[in-house]
Amino acid sequence: MNLLTHTPALIIAIPLLAAFLMPVIGRINKKTNGIFTTFALGISLILTILLAFKILSVGTQVYVFGAKSPVLTLPSGLEFPIRIMFQIDAMSIFMGLITATVSFLGAIFSLSFMDKHNGLDKYYSLLLLLTVGMFGMEFTGDVFNFFVFLEIASIAAVALIAFRGTDLGEPAEAGFKYMVVSSISALMVLFAVGIFYGQYDLLNFAALASVIKYSQLDKIALGLLIPVLAMKAGAVPMHMWAPDAYSEAPAPITMILVVASQASLYALFRVTFSLYNITLNTLAVGWIIIILGLLSMFMGVTMAIIQKDIKRLMAYHAISQTGYMFLGVGVGLAVLANPISLSQYGITAMEGGIFHIMNHAMYKGLLFLTAGALFYRTGTKDLDKMGGLAHSMKYTTIFFIIGAAAIAGLPPFNGFASKLLIYESVYRFNPLLSIIAMLVSILTLASFVKAFHSAFLGPKLPQFKEVREVPRSMVWAMAVLSCIIIFFGLFPDLIVKNLVHPAVMALIEQFKYTGTVLGGI
Amino acid sequence: MIDNFPYIAVIIFIGLGIYTLMFKKNLIKIAIGVCLIENGANLFLITLGYRKGAVAPIYTLAPSGKSMVLPTPQALTLTSIVIGIATTALMLSIAMMIYKHYGTLDTDQVRRLRG
Repeated sequence: MNLLTHTPALIIAIPLLAAFLMPVIGRINKKTNGIFTTFALGISLILTILLAFKILSVGTQVYVFGAKSPVLTLPSGLEFPIRIMFQIDAMSIFMGLITATVSFLGAIFSLSFMDKHNGLDKYYSLLLLLTVGMFGMEFTGDVFNFFVFLEIASIAAVALIAFRGTDLGEPAEAGFKYMVVSSISALMVLFAVGIFYGQYDLLNFAALASVIKYSQLDKIALGLLIPVLAMKAGAVPMHMWAPDAYSEAPAPITMILVVASQASLYALFRVTFSLYNITLNTLAVGWIIIILGLLSMFMGVTMAIIQKDIKRLMAYHAISQTGYMFLGVGVGLAVLANPISLSQYGITAMEGGIFHIMNHAMYKGLLFLTAGALFYRTGTKDLDKMGGLAHSMKYTTIFFIIGAAAIAGLPPFNGFASKLLIYESVYRFNPLLSIIAMLVSILTLASFVKAFHSAFLGPKLPQFKEVREVPRSMVWAMAVLSCIIIFFGLFPDLIVKNLVHPAVMALIEQFKYTGTVLGGI
Repeated sequence: MIDNFPYIAVIIFIGLGIYTLMFKKNLIKIAIGVCLIENGANLFLITLGYRKGAVAPIYTLAPSGKSMVLPTPQALTLTSIVIGIATTALMLSIAMMIYKHYGTLDTDQVRRLRG
């Protein structure tokens, strides 16, 4: 038996098994939970990288559970895809790589960050389950399984947000908000699944895409799916949960939650591009997504400027940066039906938007980790109470500068690479959009200069005399993220050509997505 | 007309659920609202699986010439019911934690996070 053929299943199975072993392993020693989690997620990361090489060289992988082929042939000669399966193309593995990296580093950071807490076996179980949910959302080729994995990720995320809720009121409040939001979105996704099943008797993304007609019922399903997935991704009219959840969760969990939101964003792109593609009115739907993006960018950054809580400030920036992804991909969707504009600037806009997903996960993760490091040593998240921390926390200061420069889009860092792609191409679609995007970038820089100034600069404060640099595992997690940010900033062409472009083409070329499953039909 | 009654019930369930979420201020009632929407979605799925005159899909017991029901919607509904239990339990336990810290379940007073 060749285990390598089962990589897609193993990537999910290893963290899932480890999650349920946690209570047993926790009996041995207080530290074993964290080490075992890091180990399991490390294996998952290696397998994801192996799978990525395979997919980028061979093409889309279809993994069918319990059968050789996704297609079931009935005695009457009828053939239809009914199996439970994973369909992993360049876009899915792109998201999978982000998930694997971020959850692995989150586990490393947690080793020291959570050492003062009790109930660590539950914490690590939930962290692993959250990772499993995100991997599942990205890899699945089936609308119903998408619902199941969405619920796994949501439930784990809620329990982690409310993890400190036994001692404090605020995390429980944030957890309840996120629970209501995510159960409504999951139920609306389920309703849309019902609509698809009632019409076509199919649950498979690829099979649905090949028969979808954009009837009245399909429009209703799309009208249910776009708002709820945008809500889970934290787009502006439905963003009220994001600042609460991001600021009250423990820092490594916040970093993973950002990626969980992006998994919903991925699902939104999968639905609009792979499921409907040009059957829908691309210009109208594209503009809806662009307007969601503009609102998120502008509202997010203006709300961020007035914040005093450092994690809340970063959370509003996360909303604002999500807007860039909506903007880039929305422009691509708006010109999807027009091959000339698509090749002139549509593909570049989408490359910018998709590349920004990866960059955002890295620098926003780094920023949330630095906020966690500050909280770990000073015990406060309030910017007014901090000051002069650059004297005692040198590494954290450097990492914060790297993260802030990357989010503001300064040249040698990765935020610049993706933002430039977006500015250039969106300008050719509509100059006004590009100007707003640049303005938002300037406001982002202003807000981070303020945060940097009040937390790190100034004389050494007497109440922080005892503050030292954070433990080694936290420094290492932040250092790895900083290296990735600088590497992406120095060699953006390498990443765009080898990872981002195949992902964009996987979204645009719907026939390839359907073809791999339906094969000869 | 009578065939459409289940769908009308689905709309009533989901409508009542959304009404509860929007206008009720009690956290337990909000949890009930989510449950109502969930029941609506489950009823919708199970109604889609109904075929008039068809038999249960037990292959060895199937009478010849009669159509069988594809069991997929039932499987989906069972899964979604199980997930619903987890959701409700978690929501109620968080409501309990909120009550312990705030001493109330009124959403107007559970508002320390704002701005």
